[in-house]
Amino acid sequence: MYVAVKGGERAIDNAHAWLAEERRGDAGVTELSTEQIREQLALAVNRVMAEGSLYDPDLAALAIKQARGDLIEAVFLIRAYRTTLPRFGHARPVDTAAMRCERRISATFKDLPGGQVLGPTFDYTHRLLDFKLAADGEAPRMPAPPAESQPVPHVTGFLNREGLIEEAAPDDTPPPDLTREPLEMPASRPLRLQSLTRADEGFTLALAYSTQRGYARNHAFVGELRIGAVAVEMDIPELGFAIEIGEVTLTECETVNQFKGSKTEPPQFTRGYGLVFGQSERKSISMALVDRALRWEELGEDFTGAPAQDTEFVLYHADNIQATGFLEHIKLPHYVDFQSELELVRKLRREAGAGDTPEQMEAAE
Amino acid sequence: MDDLTLAGGFSDPAQQSAQAFRAVMSALARPGRIEAVRGAEPPAPLSPAAGVVLLTLCDPETPIHLTPSFDLPSLRQWIGFHAGAPIAGADECSFAIGPWDELLPLDRFPQGTSEYPDRSATLIVETPLLEARGATLRGPGIRDTAELSLPEIVAFQRNARAFPLGLDFIFTCGDRLAALPRSTEVA
Amino acid sequence: MSDDYNFAYLDEQTKRMIRRAILKALAVPGYQVPFASREMPMPYGWGTGGVQVTAATLTPDDRLKVIDQGADDTTNAVSIRKFFERTAGVEVVTSTSEASIIQTRHRIPEEPLSDDQILVYQVPIPEPLRFLEPRESETRKMHALEEYGLMHVKLYEDIARHGHIATAYAYPVKVEGRYVMDPSPIPKFDNPKMEMAAIQLFGAGREQRIYALPPWTRVVSLDFEDHPFDPSKAEHPCALCGAADSYLDEVITDDQGGRMFVCSDTDYCESRRAAGHRGELAEDAA
Repeated sequence: MYVAVKGGERAIDNAHAWLAEERRGDAGVTELSTEQIREQLALAVNRVMAEGSLYDPDLAALAIKQARGDLIEAVFLIRAYRTTLPRFGHARPVDTAAMRCERRISATFKDLPGGQVLGPTFDYTHRLLDFKLAADGEAPRMPAPPAESQPVPHVTGFLNREGLIEEAAPDDTPPPDLTREPLEMPASRPLRLQSLTRADEGFTLALAYSTQRGYARNHAFVGELRIGAVAVEMDIPELGFAIEIGEVTLTECETVNQFKGSKTEPPQFTRGYGLVFGQSERKSISMALVDRALRWEELGEDFTGAPAQDTEFVLYHADNIQATGFLEHIKLPHYVDFQSELELVRKLRREAGAGDTPEQMEAAE
Repeated sequence: MDDLTLAGGFSDPAQQSAQAFRAVMSALARPGRIEAVRGAEPPAPLSPAAGVVLLTLCDPETPIHLTPSFDLPSLRQWIGFHAGAPIAGADECSFAIGPWDELLPLDRFPQGTSEYPDRSATLIVETPLLEARGATLRGPGIRDTAELSLPEIVAFQRNARAFPLGLDFIFTCGDRLAALPRSTEVA
Repeated sequence: MSDDYNFAYLDEQTKRMIRRAILKALAVPGYQVPFASREMPMPYGWGTGGVQVTAATLTPDDRLKVIDQGADDTTNAVSIRKFFERTAGVEVVTSTSEASIIQTRHRIPEEPLSDDQILVYQVPIPEPLRFLEPRESETRKMHALEEYGLMHVKLYEDIARHGHIATAYAYPVKVEGRYVMDPSPIPKFDNPKMEMAAIQLFGAGREQRIYALPPWTRVVSLDFEDHPFDPSKAEHPCALCGAADSYLDEVITDDQGGRMFVCSDTDYCESRRAAGHRGELAEDAA
């Protein structure tokens, strides 16, 4: 006797209870605090803030804990929370030239005003597992406290003085906002940049890498990479001036790219731009390369068919929350549509005399 | 800002706008059907029904055009306070409100584009008479035919011929409303 | 009902934006209206479009039914129903005739809907031309110019190759002789039901589109004169209620190739059994 499967509700409750238990793991091991995550897994926190589009290290740490370290799941929690927040207004554009840099390097000039500041980087560490960390190590000491940093000028500004790099003229047009309006093609550069800064790090990295390997190669140099805190200011109409409402740490990357010139432009360097919440070097460099690749049309370059040049391809597939949701939805029941395919394949096979040809298999996809 | 401006909005916006939306949707999905709505008490000459439609559908993202006899400081203030919607010219509005003869000619309003026919205006027509008798209606939302009192015929026939472009209309009279989308054929 | 969130979860401005999109969708039946879909607390692809449309449509007086694959008890249907119980405090039901709003994934209920009901579809890929042309900028032009030749070519190639149109679900339809529309992945068996008394709303969250069919809108499944549309289904009666006119799930009952066919619409099947109908494998059948 067949009994239709029942009990979806109880199954869900049980799964949630089991999940909660698994999240905690062995109760004999000290529970991780969100402060520990915020302080000691700061780069994971940064990634969740960047892709979650919400600057709040405490909430990002909570999301990482709740998601059991699954960063895309954590980004999802942050995004879902973010949509419930009321929007009070808009900040002024942040001034990255006034950034208090803790790291600032240029690959294009050996030395330059403001100097090369390595800061807290993995770059020259040897990737050897440090077994001292497995034991309870003492807090490492920084050799000398850094001097209070002064604002340092942007590297691209030096090139600008000679007219060697394209101008990026200030523009006060309010940028579009893909969290408030449906994505529409063709997408302007501000919209592309907004999409890229929230984009999945892995996807952005792979696209950027593909440009380096020849799929729309654009010869990027890291003109400058800077990481540090900038002030966020907001105009208060009642006061008639802007006040500082807080501070965010950002990673900014400006690439200097080769450009041979076009019918309307003399030969000069061009720019790619990346700006990401937190210390997110890989992401901001990737963003700058992809930004530059997407600019082929406005710079009069050829479309070579490379994925990184294809705005629709990049923007419609960059968001990991959209991607993971749709990917994972194929776990949901599909037996109605599968059943209709079954019937069709059976019918086609009957008519073909039960021959099992590849063409018929294809029809069932 | 006087008391008239502050009064007359929804007392429970989430629930009242949900109920009002269902009435508007029902009317638009079934041309000829007349629905009663409540919850708004706007200053004259705006009818309660038109007030409900405004509170339900309009906000800072929807520019509103007021025809001359409706373009009054009291109404501008009420709309500004309760909906936060900007007042705009006919050519850039999402919604327009007024009596039929002041809304004419209709080609002043955004008709949508062939790629985005949804980017067209919705006209809220204040009428002295609203009943399910008059012009014959055919089209989506109507099983055979329906009837509705319309201020004229030709303008709506012309509007329907432009389908999928064109305007959509909500007729308001006291606390009642009906609607005529561009998809309806009028005879 | 939880007081931590706004009625039906979404804030009022978001609901207004969705409501405006629904009205334009009803005014231009079959045309996909872009809307700024919000991130919901459930994943994209799991019904966020349908959930947003339902949230913008619900009133406290509604009776909500949620089905997935025709069944009220599938896990995702349970999850969505719970979401609205918690955030909107509405009454939830499983009876098709008692519901005022039905949110569905992949099925249209067997019982004809009445004119005071609303059917909300969850839609994964709203663009019927997407698998023929991946670019949104191109498909938008094709709809604008009513250029549907590509779709007919595809269907005709099927016939040339297989003798049939090899599309069994998400079978494209033409609405009021103008827009080609994706009916969501319902089996083609359900297509003829789309000319109905109820309002039909379609929500695609990830793809940011809403479209709609007012009651009795003309909906024609694409076909050819010499190959008319055929809404066929498995040629069996339901093993539990004996219905011969319902869409069936195939259930594997053992590892010897044993199987049975039962109604995918669980409420339909239960109502029939309550009324005394019996299929050959029903518990109390001879």
